[in-house]
Amino acid sequence: MTGFMLILRRDLHLAMRQGMDSLMVVMFFVIAVVLFPFGVGPESNILARIAPGVIWVAALLAAMLSLERLFQTDYEDGSLELLALQPIALEITVMAKVVAHWLTTGLPLIVAAPLLAVLMNLPDEGFVILIVALVLGTPTLSLIGAIGAALILGSRRGGILLSLLVLPLYIPVLIFGVSAVDAVISGFEAKAQLLILGGIFFAALPLCPWVGAAALRQALD
Amino acid sequence: MVKFTGTDLVCYRGERTVFQGLTFGLGGGEAVMLRGANGSGKSSLLRLMAGLGRPLSGVIGWQGQSIADDPEAHNARLHYIGHHDPVKPVLTVAENLGFWAALRSPKEDTNAVMAALERLGIGHLAGVPGRFLSAGQKRRVNLARVLASSADLWLLDEPQTALDKAAEHSFFDAIAEHRSNGGMVVMSSHADKNLADAMEIDLGKFQQEARSGGAATGTKQEVQA
Repeated sequence: MTGFMLILRRDLHLAMRQGMDSLMVVMFFVIAVVLFPFGVGPESNILARIAPGVIWVAALLAAMLSLERLFQTDYEDGSLELLALQPIALEITVMAKVVAHWLTTGLPLIVAAPLLAVLMNLPDEGFVILIVALVLGTPTLSLIGAIGAALILGSRRGGILLSLLVLPLYIPVLIFGVSAVDAVISGFEAKAQLLILGGIFFAALPLCPWVGAAALRQALD
Repeated sequence: MVKFTGTDLVCYRGERTVFQGLTFGLGGGEAVMLRGANGSGKSSLLRLMAGLGRPLSGVIGWQGQSIADDPEAHNARLHYIGHHDPVKPVLTVAENLGFWAALRSPKEDTNAVMAALERLGIGHLAGVPGRFLSAGQKRRVNLARVLASSADLWLLDEPQTALDKAAEHSFFDAIAEHRSNGGMVVMSSHADKNLADAMEIDLGKFQQEARSGGAATGTKQEVQA
């Protein structure tokens, strides 16, 4: 088995044994979205209007919530040091951890999203595009987040620092993710937005593990 | 033949020169004990040797080639024991070790893991989750990781911490066997017990040179420039 698969399997294994972490992220996502009908009021047309934005923002925050622990626990118990000393490029290690993060947080968010879309009275035609946009967008969130998670290692109050570092970088994903859903609901095609989301993903795919690995080396030095 | 070398190393951390002018050379079967007071740079030197940090100046080389040129090849030939014992609380001892062993050898070898555990007297703990282990047992697990897969160079940062006499004895046996097979060991320790016919590097000496006046400020300016 390759190093990538071994690290991925180990992280999934760890996430499964500590099942609460994943579950809490999804619970946070659900509760954050559920707060909006209470705050905004139950008028269904207003909820339908803001549904894509609310779901995307909540997904963003939920994904970020779990990022802090992406490298933190391994850093604290010395595992990260050892991972950096294996005959595997550190970039591959970062990539494996990002994939594990997406599988344990991004994917459950996508599964929960349709339920919340019903709650927010999202028009029927928006469901498929919401899922497609999330599938294209959430891996980017994990990728960009890995840079932030690597940069905050060793700092106190890492969680807040992480949100300051990462949330601004999430804005493009948010804009095109929401506008893809809005476009389809208003009867237009969303091809352009999806292409841009895909473009951002393919730019982040090689770039983020590389930057994240550099940040890890910095943290371990 | 001298394989693992360090030439004129300068280590700079936390705005001070930890040591400078340090040179070493290590051949197959040889061992180095690092001595020195707290903060004299034993751990820093071991981290430089592992490639976790870069020296401010000087070169660490393997058979004449700088280790910075090919970090992964260097990683493949070393085992490192640091201050922490990376034992995941939710994984069993065997799972913990199996992961690290598998990263190094393409085929998973549970026998090697079990043999390493037996050797350090914790074979009976193989199925126990990491969270139930004591500090000494965690340290034994970490040392068993080194025994479970082969590597030429062992970098050990105070490996006896939290170990009892019996475990220390079996680990020193393992070191002797490693050396007789042509392996190399660099070990820092405060204990009196020495490795058999090992060289000794007293980091205190290199530190004093660094502290005396001009040399230290000279290196500082280099950093700023």
